[in-house]
Amino acid sequence: MKDITLGQYFPGNSVIHRLDPRAKLLCVVLYIAMIFVASSVSGVIFSVFLTLFLIILSGIPLKIFLRGMKPVLFIVLFTTFLNLFLTSGETLLVDFGFIHIYLEGLCSSILIVVRITLLVAGSGLFMTYTTTPIALSDGLESLLAPLKKIKVPVHEFSMMLTIALRFIPTIMEETEKIMNAQKARGADFTTGSLVNRAKALIPVLIPLFVSAFRRADELAVAMECRCYRGDEGRTRMKILKYTKSDIAFLAAGVIFVIGMILLNRFLPIYRLR
Amino acid sequence: MSEFIRTENISFSYEDAGGGIHPAIKNVSLSIERGSFVAVLGHNGSGKSTLAKLFNMILSPTDGKLYVDGELVSTNEGADDDTIFSVRRKIGMVHQNPDNQIVSSVVEEDVAFGPENLGVEPSEIRRRVDDALATVGMSEYALHSPSRLSGGQKQRVAIAGIIAMRPECIILDEATAMLDPSGRRDVMSTVGKLNREAGITIIHITHDMSEAVLADRVIVLNEGEVFLDGTPQDVFSEVELLRSVRLDVPQTTALLYALKPYGFSLPKGIFDAKSCALHISGELKRLGTAREDTN
Repeated sequence: MKDITLGQYFPGNSVIHRLDPRAKLLCVVLYIAMIFVASSVSGVIFSVFLTLFLIILSGIPLKIFLRGMKPVLFIVLFTTFLNLFLTSGETLLVDFGFIHIYLEGLCSSILIVVRITLLVAGSGLFMTYTTTPIALSDGLESLLAPLKKIKVPVHEFSMMLTIALRFIPTIMEETEKIMNAQKARGADFTTGSLVNRAKALIPVLIPLFVSAFRRADELAVAMECRCYRGDEGRTRMKILKYTKSDIAFLAAGVIFVIGMILLNRFLPIYRLR
Repeated sequence: MSEFIRTENISFSYEDAGGGIHPAIKNVSLSIERGSFVAVLGHNGSGKSTLAKLFNMILSPTDGKLYVDGELVSTNEGADDDTIFSVRRKIGMVHQNPDNQIVSSVVEEDVAFGPENLGVEPSEIRRRVDDALATVGMSEYALHSPSRLSGGQKQRVAIAGIIAMRPECIILDEATAMLDPSGRRDVMSTVGKLNREAGITIIHITHDMSEAVLADRVIVLNEGEVFLDGTPQDVFSEVELLRSVRLDVPQTTALLYALKPYGFSLPKGIFDAKSCALHISGELKRLGTAREDTN
């Protein structure tokens, strides 16, 4: 339980690792836009190769990405089957009893598999695997800073995120401690019906919440003691700076999105949907 | 040495949910010198933590006046935010639970938190963070996650976070209470170094006698009042008085005190095992010759 690192940051020093977190966040947005715009065969193939190229560039082993696919496997299979069996079209491929598979269904299910796979890989590539959570939260704060003008508490959200990240391992450790303490008193978390197991967790959750509130209170006092008074007059040790590679990545992203739109427009014959 | 903190007849009472009033600090008048190392002792409920919170303006006194650095900063009318801010940048505080005072999941980012709040220039923050981590001997952990550190290491990170703000005084509010012996030693040696080398005033709130003897002044609180106040040598020679308020004395003093009925003398200021042993062996010789003489 202790070894869970949130976001599975994969340390490295590749071009992608060194990108500014703000640039990475924007890259993800552009990347997602590109994937959703791409619906021609050539566009999808291009996206796949682009993603593979970026993965190689990041120096993160492919198996990490494959492992990241596990949680979404069910959704992928589910939507694939729905699309495969329920889409109707003109070209009938399989006609077996009540199963009818059309060419259009096959195409759209392939498109969905590719899209979801690329989405998961791409967001992992730019954010979770190559960016520390703290850098992400800094990047988000800085990107959303203009919203402060319309009174959106951007700094507060980012501070909450930072503190949440800081306390995840602490609270995990504490959960384990409380569970062990309750086990020593004869609590049983592993057998019985789902309802019983859920009930067995109540004596864990209550002390956990009490302690979390106490921690929050103490932390608030400690933060005040260190002269924290919100965003007002606050500086940062690390200043985010866009470099040439950030600009190159962003420019490439914009070009790819526009390219995909043009591709759809001028090569409609190969459209998958 | 000039005066840094002064209280004039300061009092504080807690109010419970039923409207009952529980006095925690009663009419305390103290003066703490700049650059001194003061230990505040007292059993649970003696008001020692409340006193620390009054110094750092987490609490406002219900009566009396608090002066910091010659300025009147706190009365029962409370204080404005700017005054509180200026006091807190002079007086840093390290709390009891090492976990609940670290804000960031990277050690150096946490140390930077205080100076960032003060609005220090980024390059200067960098320098202060590196200095502070070097001072507490945690430089090699700069990029680690605090959750993987030991209690003593976390507490040293917390101290680094305070010294990066360049305070004139650090209050340790039972900062060693949750640490193991080696963690305590580390923290105490760090604090001692800050006091000697950087001239930072230290107010160490504790119930560990062996830590209190390291101070140059010991204040014993009981029931919200100053009970004893003096050098460790003077305070710890009052064995009966200390025991009457449920406080212990350092082990060496306890041993020598127990030997007193057998004719051993009880000198002041013997707090380490070696000088205690020397004294006992000296006394044994003296008593031995005295016995031979009478024979």
